[in-house]
Amino acid sequence: MSLLRIEKLDLDIGKRPILRDVSLSVDPGQIVGVIGESGSGKSMTAFTVMQLLPEGAVARGSVTLDGHDILTLSEPELCALRGNKVGMVFQEPMTALNPIRSIGDQVAETILIHERVSKTEALNRAREALARVELPEDRFPLTRYPHELSGGQRQRVVIAMAIALRPKLLIADEPTTALDVTTQAQILKLLERLVREDGMGMLMISHDLAVVSDLADEIVIMRSGEVVERGPCPVIFSALQHPYSISLLAASTHAPDRSVQVEDTPLLRVSEVRRSYRTPRKTLFGKPGAFEAVKGVSFDLKKGESLGLVGESGCGKSTLTRAILGLEEVQGGEILLAGEPVFTGHSPNRDVRRKMQVVFQDPYGSFNPRHRVDRLVCEPFHLLDTPPTGKARDRAIEEALTSVGLTAADRYKYIHEFSGGQRQRIAIARALIIKPELILLDEAVSALDVQVRAQILDLLADLSDQFGLSYLFISHDLSVVRVITDRCLVMKAGEIVEQGPTEQVFSNPQHPYTRELIAAAPDLPELA
Amino acid sequence: MLRYTLTRLLSLAVSLAVASVVIFMAVEILPGDPATLMLGVNAQEDTLAALREQLGLNGSLWSRYLSWVGGMLTGDFGTSYTYRTPVAEMVGERLWISLPLAIYALTLSTLIAFPAGIWAASKRGSAADVGVMGVTQLGVAIPNFWFAMLMVVVFAINLRWFSAGGFPGWDKGFWLSMKSLTLPAIALALPQASILARVMRSSLLDTLSEDFVRTARAKGLSKRQALWRHALRNALIPVLTIIGLQFSFLLAGGIIIENVFYLPGLGRMIFQAVSARDLIVVESVVMLLVFAVIAVNFLVEISYALVDPRLRHGR
Repeated sequence: MSLLRIEKLDLDIGKRPILRDVSLSVDPGQIVGVIGESGSGKSMTAFTVMQLLPEGAVARGSVTLDGHDILTLSEPELCALRGNKVGMVFQEPMTALNPIRSIGDQVAETILIHERVSKTEALNRAREALARVELPEDRFPLTRYPHELSGGQRQRVVIAMAIALRPKLLIADEPTTALDVTTQAQILKLLERLVREDGMGMLMISHDLAVVSDLADEIVIMRSGEVVERGPCPVIFSALQHPYSISLLAASTHAPDRSVQVEDTPLLRVSEVRRSYRTPRKTLFGKPGAFEAVKGVSFDLKKGESLGLVGESGCGKSTLTRAILGLEEVQGGEILLAGEPVFTGHSPNRDVRRKMQVVFQDPYGSFNPRHRVDRLVCEPFHLLDTPPTGKARDRAIEEALTSVGLTAADRYKYIHEFSGGQRQRIAIARALIIKPELILLDEAVSALDVQVRAQILDLLADLSDQFGLSYLFISHDLSVVRVITDRCLVMKAGEIVEQGPTEQVFSNPQHPYTRELIAAAPDLPELA
Repeated sequence: MLRYTLTRLLSLAVSLAVASVVIFMAVEILPGDPATLMLGVNAQEDTLAALREQLGLNGSLWSRYLSWVGGMLTGDFGTSYTYRTPVAEMVGERLWISLPLAIYALTLSTLIAFPAGIWAASKRGSAADVGVMGVTQLGVAIPNFWFAMLMVVVFAINLRWFSAGGFPGWDKGFWLSMKSLTLPAIALALPQASILARVMRSSLLDTLSEDFVRTARAKGLSKRQALWRHALRNALIPVLTIIGLQFSFLLAGGIIIENVFYLPGLGRMIFQAVSARDLIVVESVVMLLVFAVIAVNFLVEISYALVDPRLRHGR
């Protein structure tokens, strides 16, 4: 008998249909991966099982967990199941823990809610649970607070809370999306080990085909609230039926066509750049310490080239990006764009700044919601000495919007009227409008669904061909860097540990760290 | 935690020093001569000079500042120009009314605001929430002196439960004194409680939508338990800030209510001292109030650290 059986589940929130006719099941010891893009209803399916739905949600159909019909249970009965029979792990470890209670206390709480045991006994079992998730007490005492732990360690605490009572089902909602690739690999391994040890069933929700395909016994593919395809993994990948699944898989491995015309002249030259930050004083009147985020980095980016910069969070890549953009002054070294320094004296050099633009990760946060698209797109004009006005300005806006695949009429709209992918197009249009030579793409496609990501990558390749643009592509996502860059740099702890032609770095990595990164990145099964 | 406390103490000392200079300079540049005021415009020049000498108005700016600060540090606040009594004594008497009144009002306000705010937040969108929001809106809008007069009419004149004003003195008995402070305290507490309840509600609602509350629910806590065990303490920081601000306001800003109820408090004293150009009283009382405000802020900051371990660890 199945541990979890969802049959013909419909879910509405208010009048909006969220799920339609969703059926899936999880057996004890089985890992079922649910894949879909944002808005596909995959998370809502998980929250229906937990019955932690937003207000106004109405579910029909049946959800049976270990013999209990979830949809008919009362709230106290559900409370008795949550955390006891079914545990849940969430996407964002940085905010999933209560910041003002110690980790031991929070793990012990799961036990105290469901069993009549003493506080000491609960803490003892919390200690065991934390040890099982590889947070041994000698290095991670129970009295630690969440802010003293890294993202990966916090996720382990969340997992410890979820498995403390050895539930029969574990639901993991994008458990590694917010983590670095090596941390992701460790957390996935941990989850798999716990599932196998306890014979738990696991419902693993992800947008990332590769993550799920490494782990799952069965795959369910969802789209706009419906299950389009399900089957055993990895067999399913060689026999995909539904056109959506096929296009999803294709998009995951999509490599844009690029005609590379790299000139030999360096466009951007970074030499021996150092950037350090002051750390808080240790004593009241002591000298503040210094943390060196970038330790003497040098590289060239040639005209027309697409250069990748890969590294995990905290490696200094964002600091380096800000330095290149002239947003912060560096303590040592020099950054030249087309032969001129980005910083002259103590202020950024406008003549140089107008030759480069940046596209950031978050398509939602990087626009002022109260401005119309035409005004947003024109923002970089402040870098020009004589910004175009009237007709010339209109023409520039239209040109920028049409070159990223939007229409001239979109200029009158506000940013909330666009989807994530369209917003990223607008961000690119904003970068293009002053005809820069270099565009920095700081995790520019990381927040996008795979199909949208594929389209944006195609667009970037087109634009590069059309305008002779150079890109500095900063990302933690190795698969994207691999398909869009000619050369790549691998950065670790403020230093570049390896650089070379992208294909060479990926197929024959020299530095142990590069090897570790590439090994940690989840792979898609080879297509038959 | 020790380092945090020491840093805060240092900043407290610096703020006090800066405040003393500002207050001293502000009073210095006020027009009007206290000696002329005390002796009348017809006083003879040599009498005036003698009085100025006696009041210490002739020394250099620097020496007068130092003797003022030095005096305060040793508990000597100087002598009032108008009443010829030590300022410390006058302030002490008044403080024994204003301080209990402020504490009384703040206690009432907190006792009303916490349950009301928590209740409204836990039943968001319900009739209870709408009711609490409506009543607190009214509480913020009603001028407290008008409400005070209304209470005098109802409870003192018609029902005769309370006296309409005045203060018997603590030596006449604790309960009698508290009784005479009750109506003023309610009048002061009403707008404060309304603001505090609204802050409590919105802060709690923000916290309730945080990820860690969802995590707590996924562990098997009911909505109610998640609110009490996880959301409430996290929601306290903005509420503590408001409480600190309110206390300072209640201590110094009760002047209108003190007038309505004929209470000889600090607010009334400073008002009278300003009109009588009794500079030494003004300086000392303002300095005392600044000290109270800064000390309360210090306590609020210490309580932040007690609530939030991230501050305790010096981040």
